[in-house]
Amino acid sequence: MNITFKMDEPVGSSLLDHTRQNVISRPIDRIEGPLKVAGRARYSAEFKFPGMVHGVLVGSTIPAGTITGINETRARALPGVLAVVTDYETFLRNPGQGLETEAPAQGVREIAYFGQPVALVVAETFEAARNAAGALDIAYAPAEARLDFRALQSEARPKESSQKSQGDLDRAMMDAAASIDAVWTTPSQNSAAMEPHASTALWEGDTLIVYGAYQMLSSDRQQLADALGLAPDKVRIIAHYVGGGFGAKLGISQESVAAALAARALNRPVQVVMTRQQVFEATVRRSETIQRVRLAAGADGRLTGIGHETITANLPDEDFSEPASASTQFLYGGEARRFGNSIVTLNQVLSASMRAPGEAVGMLALEGAMDELAEALDIDPVELRKRNLPPRHPMDDLPFSSRSLAECLDHGASAFGWADRNPRPANRREGEWWIGQGMAAAARSNMLITSSARVTLGTDSRALIETDMTDIGTGTYTILAQIAAEMLGLPVEAIDVHLGDTAFPAAAGSGGSFGAASAGTSVYLACKRLRETLAERIGATPEELVLSEGMARRGNAAKPFSELVTEPLVATATVEPGKTEENFVQAAFGAHFAEVGVHVHTGEIRVRRMHGTFAAGRILNEKTARSQCIGGMVFGIGTALTEELVHDTRLGTIVNHDLAEYHLPVHADVPRIDVVFLEERDHAANPLLAKGIGELGISGAGAAIANAVYNACGMRVRDFPLTLDKLIAHLPDPDAVQP
Amino acid sequence: MHVTLSVNGTEHALDIDPRTTLLDALRDHLDLTGTKKGCDHGQCGACTILLDGKRINSCLTLAVMHEGDAITTVEGLSTPDALSPLQAAFVAHDGYQCGYCTPGQICSATGMLEEIAAGWPSHVTDDLEADPALTREEISERMSGNLCRCSAYPNIVDAIAEVGGAAK
Repeated sequence: MNITFKMDEPVGSSLLDHTRQNVISRPIDRIEGPLKVAGRARYSAEFKFPGMVHGVLVGSTIPAGTITGINETRARALPGVLAVVTDYETFLRNPGQGLETEAPAQGVREIAYFGQPVALVVAETFEAARNAAGALDIAYAPAEARLDFRALQSEARPKESSQKSQGDLDRAMMDAAASIDAVWTTPSQNSAAMEPHASTALWEGDTLIVYGAYQMLSSDRQQLADALGLAPDKVRIIAHYVGGGFGAKLGISQESVAAALAARALNRPVQVVMTRQQVFEATVRRSETIQRVRLAAGADGRLTGIGHETITANLPDEDFSEPASASTQFLYGGEARRFGNSIVTLNQVLSASMRAPGEAVGMLALEGAMDELAEALDIDPVELRKRNLPPRHPMDDLPFSSRSLAECLDHGASAFGWADRNPRPANRREGEWWIGQGMAAAARSNMLITSSARVTLGTDSRALIETDMTDIGTGTYTILAQIAAEMLGLPVEAIDVHLGDTAFPAAAGSGGSFGAASAGTSVYLACKRLRETLAERIGATPEELVLSEGMARRGNAAKPFSELVTEPLVATATVEPGKTEENFVQAAFGAHFAEVGVHVHTGEIRVRRMHGTFAAGRILNEKTARSQCIGGMVFGIGTALTEELVHDTRLGTIVNHDLAEYHLPVHADVPRIDVVFLEERDHAANPLLAKGIGELGISGAGAAIANAVYNACGMRVRDFPLTLDKLIAHLPDPDAVQP
Repeated sequence: MHVTLSVNGTEHALDIDPRTTLLDALRDHLDLTGTKKGCDHGQCGACTILLDGKRINSCLTLAVMHEGDAITTVEGLSTPDALSPLQAAFVAHDGYQCGYCTPGQICSATGMLEEIAAGWPSHVTDDLEADPALTREEISERMSGNLCRCSAYPNIVDAIAEVGGAAK
């Protein structure tokens, strides 16, 4: 049984609101949890095969130029070394972008950035390969490199597809009762998932099998096949567990192709794990940005104009540009509007998607500007936002599929105690700390991506879900089991979930906050089809059918599955996006509130508490959803306060290419975090009536912190991250307000 | 080089390259892959194990240095069917997401609770003479060598606090 469903019309109701199994949405523990806490969940570099050998990538030591020769003599002479694998044409220059089906840029004789992997040294042991990798002599003809983003910003080329305007923004700015026109800057960042990128490659005849740390297996398989000149059905990628992704594993990365080539050359399985330094130097980063935001408003606080223009960077011939204005375009009203991106060409590692591409840094600027506007107009920041919620998309004139933003703002303000905030900056002191509170809105677009799953109802009253969807920590295993359990009237323990293998039906993959809704809908649809078969078998209409405790019921008549299912029932379902994507603005929304302390003498910033209220349609599991939002909010702490990749503008190196110097938030940086979900259903999104939440928590979180810093000490720092060196010279007189 | 490692109560005779870290010996030679490699430089804590009951980063020491030492990895704390109290609390409190830093967090927390019980002070301990209290602040401070990019930190602290009997 194969069915395909296209999301062309809003769905009237969802079976999940009628099945009454009390499984969906419940905060149950992750079903794979015991394996993870016992160290028995296997990640990509944890599979072993007879004869397997280890490869270590070698990166370029110049940022631009050409390789003139590779001398293998010293490396090959070391004990245990098996091969120096080079292939100037086939090696990947860049990692892949998400959802791309063609190979990323290949060819490594030309050097485009420092650390570009150019060779793989393979040895019997990791130790021998690591040593020999340092003994490979590579000669280069260096070329002039473009390395200084700020110095080159005037050369940015507009990205045509991103340019949008309506009305006369310049006029609106001139006529405004209050206006903001300022520039925010955000640094280069790295996803820094805890599991480094890794591939274990082996060939079975002419078929390549890769255990790869990837987020989107079906498109990654196409990328890898294209890179190697193989038919996609000759490539199988397996990723049962992925140690975090946050965008960095959306597309394939360089170690996959190198491992595959080495495994073919040596006729042995080859494992290649990037070092942490290579993860920083050669996998995707979030571009630095320069963002100009303009707001024009009347005395009543209603926006009359809004502009959000962004300069980003990328490699030559790469046109991804951090879409910082993504949510600005629909979040607030104002007749005059202007948006657009431009790109500076740089010899720095690929810019691509990192958690919430766009909003993660765009909302720092927009929501900072809104805070400044609120102060200029003497309107409460929560109220200012509520006054500017547009009834429909301000440019496309489309309705919102659902938007509980005003409710989130009100609920969050109440839960946080916003009414008690002192709006005057640098006016509350406790001991050695200035205390401040800030808020920001959250918004993140919602998407549906084509996704398939197969559900088999066995004769043993158990169900099996199979899809190449991944669980990168998002909770996929658990929410898919909950959907099937709810739909089929079985306990969660009776659902087996097999993910992360391209031998299964192709799924959306994990990215863009669309994974749960897309893969979840395919499971929902397959279960719906199974329900129809069960209904037929007991002579009920689908509406009359009640499934619970492994029994099918119609009125007072009931039959156990064991009688109805005498051989396995299989349904495969595919969901595809349709017209609701074009006919509605779809996004999840929320409100962030933060309290910080700023040290009166050093400018050190400590986050004291955070609260987020979110509305994202149906919540599929309240526990894993809450964790997703907490994770996003902590990403917001890093974005606001600590994270910055430092690119050397002379050598092209990444100065802080490790976890000691690239400062992720640690335990001590993270305070109590409250997360609340408001009840909502989105009928235009998908039949689950759910929206994505993986990126909602980061959107706006850093802005709430920065706004709290202003409230604490009266300093507007628009250059992220807000490190203490940017505060210390201008801190207010500590004695102005007594503790 | 020959070395005999005592891991989770079992002796393993190995003939390994002297450059092999204890982490790589566990993962590559003993197939104990619960101990994770996140940075190989002692910066992330994913490789935390217990050496004679004390937590260490196993990437920062060589396997051949540990003849006769009692090494405990996450696999030695339990089986999936009978989790340790900390492991069960991590599941109940959702003290993880992707799971990659999790074995290190759990080994680290196991060692950390012993350190508090033994009266070791930390940077946030007010009175260096008194027994440190198991507060959220103490837990967060002492666990800061274990990074979690999924940022399950508040849930991890909840899990540890529950098992350690922290004051609310």
